[in-house]
Amino acid sequence: MIKRFFRRLLASLVTLLGTAFITFFLLNAVPGDVARVIAGAKASPAVIQEIHAKYHLDDPLGRRFLLYLNQLVHGDLGYSYVTGQSVAEAISARLPTTLALSGLAVVIWVALAVPLGALTARFRDSWFDRSTLVLATLTLSLPAFWLARMMQYVLAYHLGWFPIGFFRRAGDLVLPAASLAILFVGYYARLIHTNMVEVLDSPYIRAARAKGASETRVLFKHALRNALIPVITILGMDVAGLLGGVLFIENVFALPGIGTLAVQSVFNLDPPVIMGSVLFSATLVVGANWLVDLLYGVIDPRIRSAG
Amino acid sequence: MLPNIGCFKTSLRMLARNRLASAGLSLLIVFVFLAMAAPLLTHWHILHAPDQQDPVGLDADGLPRTAGGDYLLGTDNLGRDVLARVIYGARVSLSVGIGAMLTATIIGVTVGLLAGFYGGKLDLVLMRLTEINMTIPAILLAIAFAGLLDVSGRTIHLHPAWLSWTFLDFSLKRGAVSVFLIVGFVCWPGMVRVVRAQVLALREREFVQAARALGASDMRIILGAILPNLLPTVVVLAVMSIANTILLEAGLGYLGIGVPPPAPTWGSMISEGQPYFITYPHLVIVPGLAIVLTVLAFNLLGQGLQELFGSK
Repeated sequence: MIKRFFRRLLASLVTLLGTAFITFFLLNAVPGDVARVIAGAKASPAVIQEIHAKYHLDDPLGRRFLLYLNQLVHGDLGYSYVTGQSVAEAISARLPTTLALSGLAVVIWVALAVPLGALTARFRDSWFDRSTLVLATLTLSLPAFWLARMMQYVLAYHLGWFPIGFFRRAGDLVLPAASLAILFVGYYARLIHTNMVEVLDSPYIRAARAKGASETRVLFKHALRNALIPVITILGMDVAGLLGGVLFIENVFALPGIGTLAVQSVFNLDPPVIMGSVLFSATLVVGANWLVDLLYGVIDPRIRSAG
Repeated sequence: MLPNIGCFKTSLRMLARNRLASAGLSLLIVFVFLAMAAPLLTHWHILHAPDQQDPVGLDADGLPRTAGGDYLLGTDNLGRDVLARVIYGARVSLSVGIGAMLTATIIGVTVGLLAGFYGGKLDLVLMRLTEINMTIPAILLAIAFAGLLDVSGRTIHLHPAWLSWTFLDFSLKRGAVSVFLIVGFVCWPGMVRVVRAQVLALREREFVQAARALGASDMRIILGAILPNLLPTVVVLAVMSIANTILLEAGLGYLGIGVPPPAPTWGSMISEGQPYFITYPHLVIVPGLAIVLTVLAFNLLGQGLQELFGSK
């Protein structure tokens, strides 16, 4: 167990290192003098030279990458070339919004997907199952930004149930989070459906039924518990997809989160912030994978010994 | 090993029996036909040109026209026909989507095949590379790539500054080609695992063992024995991935870093329509519906194909 823990940790670190290297290399392939971005078009040659020296811009790429890694190890993500703000500060200032948004979205979609998946598996091939399947496919086909705009238009503007902008309380995040949840609920409902169908056919369910357990108990206690294990894995591996959705939802609702920061930094051609947001999301994804892997070992003893 | 015509016909018949899949397929045929016929329709004066700005395209106050009359789906803020722009937008979305799918499939299948077939160190390296690509949200990677490209085109140096390997310099303008390359390049990792798992299973099958015993080269085994059996999986993955690539292309267009104007793209139509959304919702609803229907059609078709091949 402990060996597995460390081996997975090492693999995660290698992955992160690779991500850092690829992004760094990519960003440095961009032409244009970074010093000009920082100092402006009319800066004197002396100032440009000073900036070059300060950020080691004339050093070979490999050396600069090592310098950057050294910085990272010391917990320093660098400073934005455009605003001068520390990247770590910029990210941590926006983190609560992103976390609240995605957390709320996960709660909403899991709360919807679990009963939907379980009931469609129980009443297979009924009109309820069929229409859920069509709706699920429809949610997979929605562009995040368009859905968010439409939700805003109908629910906030026309019906006035939610504020259109100007988010002050956590409750105001319900509409953005619901938009985000809709994008995922169909996929998860189908996933739970498939697992449930498999589980409902297994001998121990027949045993539970033979024992005289009520249908609700069989469905939601015996079957669901096992059907949810693979779902947890997918949920952990889906963090990258979630962050992609977050990026659009935050942009449409003008929420000050990591997604808006990332998009802004790309438009500003601000490498330290791009690096920071890419590495941050990569860390979240890798961390989630690692956590799920561990959890999986705890939930399912068969995997623990295989380690 | 390729399915012969009889098998192909049976498959088509079975696909036709799946109502959802055939709905998707019919929708796609209509879209592809409209997209291909668009210039002809314009030529015959059935459809406006997508960038044509008529004096009557805007009302007396210089505002867009709503649906009806001469403009079936209204006009946008520049007096251009929304219907024409949506249909011409299909040309961009479908070609970029399919181009990106091909890019992603070629990379994904190659990596999955090599990793699964050779195993060992190569597998380790390739899978780690795949994992690295999966840690960055596709859209984030895509905007980072797209942000690097200018509409006017700049030279990109793929070599460190202290090496003067100018042959590694290349200049790519932001256009349909660069967008489909970018989208394709961020979409391949999802395919690798599935392909690799299949190859791992196929590698142990008798006919592969037999081919190996007969002294067939690796290349021959991969191309002759494994790839044909992989085909159904690859087709399903490819069709499903078009849904993704079209969504990503629309997303890039929405953020303003997709195929540059004046080309009409669904994503950029939505972002251009946003300021007028409250009074002229059709500017956002129409291109959005076009995206949803197209992606839905590909998803339904993909699911139908999956059932078809899965039940074999």
